[in-house]
Amino acid sequence: MMGIGDASAPRNRLAVAGARATTQAMLRNQPRGDVIRNTVFAGLLLLAVAIALAGLLALLIQAFVKGSSALSLDLITNPPSTAFPEKAGYRPAIVGSLELIAGVILFVVPVGIGAALYLEEYADGSRWWNRLIEVNIQNLAAVPSIIYGILGLAFIVRGPMDLGFILAAGSLTLALLVLPMVIIAAREAIRAVPDSIRQGSLALGATKWQTIRTQVLPASVPGIATGVILAVSRALGETAPLLLVGATVFVTFDPTPFGTDGYSAMPVQIFNYALRPQEEFQALAAAGIIVMLVVLLAMNSFAIWLRNRYEQRW
Amino acid sequence: MSTGTTIAQEPAGGPPRRLQASSKRYGEKLIQWLLGFCAILSVVTTTAIVISLIGPTIGFFEIVPIDEFLFGTDWTPQFEPPSFGVLAIVAGTLNVTLWGMLFAIPIGLGAAIYLSEYASPRVRKTLKPALEVLAGIPTVAIGFFAVSFILPEIIVPLWPGDFLGGAVGKPFLALAAGLGIGLMVVPIIASISEDAMSAVPRGLHEGAYALGATKAKVAVRVIFPAALSGIVASVVLAISRAVGETMIVVLAAGSTPKFTFNPVESIQAMTSYIATTATGDIATGSVDYKSVFAVGTVLFVMTLIMNVISIRLVRRYREVYE
Repeated sequence: MMGIGDASAPRNRLAVAGARATTQAMLRNQPRGDVIRNTVFAGLLLLAVAIALAGLLALLIQAFVKGSSALSLDLITNPPSTAFPEKAGYRPAIVGSLELIAGVILFVVPVGIGAALYLEEYADGSRWWNRLIEVNIQNLAAVPSIIYGILGLAFIVRGPMDLGFILAAGSLTLALLVLPMVIIAAREAIRAVPDSIRQGSLALGATKWQTIRTQVLPASVPGIATGVILAVSRALGETAPLLLVGATVFVTFDPTPFGTDGYSAMPVQIFNYALRPQEEFQALAAAGIIVMLVVLLAMNSFAIWLRNRYEQRW
Repeated sequence: MSTGTTIAQEPAGGPPRRLQASSKRYGEKLIQWLLGFCAILSVVTTTAIVISLIGPTIGFFEIVPIDEFLFGTDWTPQFEPPSFGVLAIVAGTLNVTLWGMLFAIPIGLGAAIYLSEYASPRVRKTLKPALEVLAGIPTVAIGFFAVSFILPEIIVPLWPGDFLGGAVGKPFLALAAGLGIGLMVVPIIASISEDAMSAVPRGLHEGAYALGATKAKVAVRVIFPAALSGIVASVVLAISRAVGETMIVVLAAGSTPKFTFNPVESIQAMTSYIATTATGDIATGSVDYKSVFAVGTVLFVMTLIMNVISIRLVRRYREVYE
């Protein structure tokens, strides 16, 4: 049976063809200038996209071309060396970065989720102090990273906390830097859980915390995990604040969290190699960038995959 | 769960139940306080930032007069006598930011318009992650790219001869750092502007098309103005990021403070002064140490103002369309 909306019906097909012909005839009558301007505009937009992508590609290719000569297992197993650049590597920096990141996760996961839960589940948004916290977090997310370095230097390394130039101080500085990112992502994930779930749980007699623990949190884990991974990858690539809180480069041993002999981190070591004009060190810097980009890309892809795979549609 | 179900087991016909918790639930209160404490920690962070900046900054102004600091154009801390005219390094920061924005605003906005108005869903699905990848690249990698590729392979061959002093043979250029920073902030401008343009209701598009507007006209005369507050917000946030960026300027712009906007000069930005001066071995209490905090205060105030403006603008377009 052919319904009225069926495009294969002869009469409908005729009508559609007629409408299309009329539209195209009208479009053909567009002033010539408009057509040209339209094409030029679309071309310019494409050019903009192409330039951005070309920049990204050039960065990746250049790191690979420059760094390929230094890519070897030595890179991750050997300590840095100024005397033998051909044997120098990133080992203490890699260990340092892993420890820094472990500390960041330990701090940021409970505190970030806690703050997000408070703001979404408990806080009365009409109270000035809750609004203050909210605006404050938005602002903190955009404070330059070097300012966190100053905070780390004056507050954590010296001053009130007085931890000294130890890896844990660097870790705490990085954690404070990415905390707003985690809070913002966790809040969005928590907000995405529909209220009916909460009300259903409360109606069954669960307390507020039971509702959060057994319903809200499990449902928002993928979103929170994505936010945490993105925040950690930001912390992993961050250099500037670490320069101020004591990450140094001539650490030839594996750093420990509270050791006072100094520590290093991957981006800081890359920075130091990059400052040296000799070809060998430039290659080392580029190779380090490759290693870091591979790790970061893997983390970011995993985060995006996680978001797409486990995102719940209510 | 166990406490919640006990009530249901009471025999029917007993005394009327009160609709209240059967116990005081101190645990629940404790949890609320703990979570609230986590949230307050962010305010503590801000307070700590302000306190740690203000103390040494005041100490700095006891040694260097505040007007000399704010209006001087010579930044020579290592000379005898030293001069602390912050405008020299503020100009360095703005020099780099200017060229970065001249690159990033057209590219970022072009990409945003293309993504929201022209791209097919499939193209969007590949382009957006590519921009996210660009946004996730560590700035030390972009700085390395700026000094070892953008400078020798792009600026030097393309720069017109001796114009403004020429680019050949200079190891650091404000323009190289600027282009690196531009590349860094393109994803910020593109993604926030695209969000704002996508939030413009379909009806506005369709109304304009029905009146015979071309695609370009719809994009430029309808969508662009309607999304303007979001677009401005993205640009302001990008400027704030550019001003606060450290590694790219340290690697590519050099460390010679100069009050100039010439793109083919080596300059020093505020952030690179902080990063190169406040390394581990600086003596606490010295003028140099305190100057780091004074420069940090200037940087903090500049970026804070821009962030507040940007957050307000984003809220405005959200209120209008969402």
